[in-house]
Amino acid sequence: MTRQYELVYIVSPDATEEQVQALHTQVEEIIGRLGGQLDKTENWGRRRLAYEIGSHKEGTYVLEVISGGGDLMKELDRRLRVSDQVIRHLVVRVDEENRVVEQTRSRRKAESTRRRVARGLPPERQPGEGPRSEESDGDGLDSPEVRS
Amino acid sequence: MRETSKRSGPGGRGGARGEKKDGQRRTLFRRRKVCKFCADKIDDINYKDVKLLGPFVPERGKILPRRISGTCAAHQRKLQTAIKRARQLALLPYTTD
Repeated sequence: MTRQYELVYIVSPDATEEQVQALHTQVEEIIGRLGGQLDKTENWGRRRLAYEIGSHKEGTYVLEVISGGGDLMKELDRRLRVSDQVIRHLVVRVDEENRVVEQTRSRRKAESTRRRVARGLPPERQPGEGPRSEESDGDGLDSPEVRS
Repeated sequence: MRETSKRSGPGGRGGARGEKKDGQRRTLFRRRKVCKFCADKIDDINYKDVKLLGPFVPERGKILPRRISGTCAAHQRKLQTAIKRARQLALLPYTTD
């Protein structure tokens, strides 16, 4: 049973670039060992924390999108908890949510196409048509602001 | 213009009860609140998107209630989980003082 998860972890600001990289390699290695797959990885760089964690005021955020089973995430979770460089981490299962989002999006699209055809318009929205942008499709919406 | 006995919404709290007896009817304009997520067709309320969540977390760090923001129930629920996740990752504050 493969599921998709998102893992975000915050590395202590004292850690060097290499250490962050090493941590990433470690995660990759665990994923490989337990038969998962790394779909995407993103380094948000150093960000200010909204509150202090321990004595830290900022941290390096790393996002990994992983496909795999529950035991893989359990292992990752355990490893990150033990690691003293990682000051905070969060695992979220995303496949269900993404499916629902995809569904509503395509359903809305189909509905708008149906209506447009019924009104005798071309099924797709033309550029410069009306004030409201119907398909300001969330590109860039789910990408976080990256500030270093 | 709509007259409601509901005392909700921004600026609708206490003190706004003073009736003027000058024969002037109190004109109360209350902007109709709409759910931002329905209006903008944002399907995915993601915890990583601090820019999106920000306006729903006022200075104090609390989650803005639905009666003020006008968010619909379904989206408020999603917003709630997103904000709570963002808090765990220190993207948003739990409290500020």
